[in-house]
Amino acid sequence: MRQPTEPFEASPSSLRRFLHAALDAMLVPLLAVLTAILVGGIIITLVGGNPFNAYRGLFGGAFGSLKALSETAVWATPYIFAGLAVAVAFKGGLFNIGAEGQLAFGAVAAAWVGYALPGLLTTDLPAFIHVPLAIGAGMLAGAIWGAIPGALKAYTGGHEVINTIMMNYIALNITSFLLNGPMRDPDPLNLSARTPEIAASAQFQPPFEGLRFHWGFVLALVVAVIIWWLVWKTTIGFEIRTTGANPDAAKYAGINVKRTIVLSMALSGMLAGMAGAIEVTALNYRHELGFSVGYGFDSIAIALLGKNHPLGVVLAAILFAAMRNGATRMQFLTQIPIDIISVIQGLILLFVAADVIVRYIYRVRAREDRVVLTRGWGG
Amino acid sequence: MDWRRFGIIALVIIILFSAVVLIGKSQNSPIVIITSMLATTIAVATPLTLGALCGIYCERAGVVNIGIEGMMLGAAFFGWLASIYMNTLFHFSLMPSVIVGVIVAVLTGGLFALLHAALSITFKVDQIISGTVINILAIGITGFLNRQMFFGSGSVFGGNVPSAPGVLPSIRIPLLADIPTFGRMFDQQPITIAALVLVFVTHYVMFYTRWGLRTRAVGEHPRAADTVGINVIRMRYANVLIGGCLAGLGGAYFTLQSVPSFQPLMTNGRGFIALAAMIFGNWSPIGAWLAALVFGAAQALQINLQFFRELIPPQLAFLQNAYVVGLAPYILTMLILTGIVGKTIPPAADGIPYEK
Repeated sequence: MRQPTEPFEASPSSLRRFLHAALDAMLVPLLAVLTAILVGGIIITLVGGNPFNAYRGLFGGAFGSLKALSETAVWATPYIFAGLAVAVAFKGGLFNIGAEGQLAFGAVAAAWVGYALPGLLTTDLPAFIHVPLAIGAGMLAGAIWGAIPGALKAYTGGHEVINTIMMNYIALNITSFLLNGPMRDPDPLNLSARTPEIAASAQFQPPFEGLRFHWGFVLALVVAVIIWWLVWKTTIGFEIRTTGANPDAAKYAGINVKRTIVLSMALSGMLAGMAGAIEVTALNYRHELGFSVGYGFDSIAIALLGKNHPLGVVLAAILFAAMRNGATRMQFLTQIPIDIISVIQGLILLFVAADVIVRYIYRVRAREDRVVLTRGWGG
Repeated sequence: MDWRRFGIIALVIIILFSAVVLIGKSQNSPIVIITSMLATTIAVATPLTLGALCGIYCERAGVVNIGIEGMMLGAAFFGWLASIYMNTLFHFSLMPSVIVGVIVAVLTGGLFALLHAALSITFKVDQIISGTVINILAIGITGFLNRQMFFGSGSVFGGNVPSAPGVLPSIRIPLLADIPTFGRMFDQQPITIAALVLVFVTHYVMFYTRWGLRTRAVGEHPRAADTVGINVIRMRYANVLIGGCLAGLGGAYFTLQSVPSFQPLMTNGRGFIALAAMIFGNWSPIGAWLAALVFGAAQALQINLQFFRELIPPQLAFLQNAYVVGLAPYILTMLILTGIVGKTIPPAADGIPYEK
């Protein structure tokens, strides 16, 4: 797999070169998506559906109306954050499969600050303090949950792939425990495992009446730019990328590799935690069990499809959001289960990962450099 | 398997067992509880054992496989589906339906392994990513087909889930199973017994046959192996396929031995825990099996404590909470990976594609 070209490096006069580089970088991912959609169509046909109707429903459900667009943006928000989270870790040579758990803890922390803090402080907080506090708590919780497997990797060699997965299950168990026990909504009408609603001062109010579109989407785009700046334009970013590309070289260059690994994972976890915190403060106003199922694996696919570049991640996140959002309408119109989306996403990932197949089918010349994550288990 | 590691395994199992014995001793005699714990431990360790064996075949040949989870999930679904098809559409009785189910599960595991092999050996895709592709595809395909075939209005089974024919009956090992009390341990279902046999078969194959020697050579130093005329690519393919079939058998445990139903995501991380068992067992089959027993014991603790819920003393009230007790296997896995139990040494060429 090729490193993403860096479109923003181009000088302002060479807009054409920028567009050329961007198109070049997007060619294989686009072909991968196209191939996955074609194969998905074949599967739909095989199970007795009409792929054209299905995809028409999918597209209409994703972009067909103002409400559909708003919902696509709502879906895209956590995808952008979580996709950036995985991408940052990838840049540091780490595979964070734990976005799911980090996101859940971010949501739990934000919800707790949202509903319990005013009571603890016995005072009402103004929104301009309470909202950032709740989001900050979510970011911190995610960062800690990400830093633990990072530290285990750096100082004991425990492989982050298994550790982040284990921490997903631990987070799931602890969240289930909290939401069924200490943090359960005491409302007598409540039958589900969820927290109480957060205080009005912790709620990020949506800008448009009647639409669920919220500021989190805009914030996600801003964060994507910040991450691009951080990873490509700062010393910290340089250290992260160098450690990811070659830890030995990084060590000889005087970079504190262990610290950088912990930092990359903390940063990654922080972004995932932010995804959860935004869902709580800007959309649901509480955390409910089971809302985050599937973000972990989806975000990996988004990061890989976006070639670990913030611009690519944003585009890939919007694509995945559109599919998830449009799937409901597709199911309504054609009876094809929503789960076909997971199959198509798996296929997208397959064709992005094995870009050799895509290059072979479409006769696109290869440039030989691929991402390296596996070096055994590190022992 | 060094003695220190063996000691740790024994210690953890003894602690987990004595916790249950201490809580339940006023209701049942310790011997009965220990036997029940042992029987549960051996049974629930089955998918972990088979998953770990899958990992050993793959990684001894130099291919990292984190797709075991997906292979087991896919096998669990398709094996179960096949048994239902045989039973409802072709009117086979219980045993033939379930046996066909097991065969289909094994083949499904093999098919997923073929994909993993093609991606990671032929196309040289990063093996961790290739494994992730398997996991995501398995979740997608099983979730999609499960809903499409059983719950859609125009689906094959018309919206009502036909009951699966059942699970594999247990086999009483003659003589051993007749021992009073302790005999229960030898009254196990077929996949569990097969897993135990396969542990020792794998040990023999890996360390006492030409095949095993070649496999290990390919995983330690593929270039040297290539130089003496071993076909690296073919050995890797074959071992990954064998591994996939074992993972498939492990998947059959879930829907054809444990319960006669399928739930999306039902493997619940067992494929990853199996990898931890493999690492803890230092890539040796018997070591991995003993490590799998530790995880089995952690799960048996959770299962057996349910019988004594009301006997749990109030200061240990957290043991009543399934979510808290359920953390044990996952925390154990992480502790093991930190290396506090001593360093483990993976095959030297593990995870590195072979470039001729």
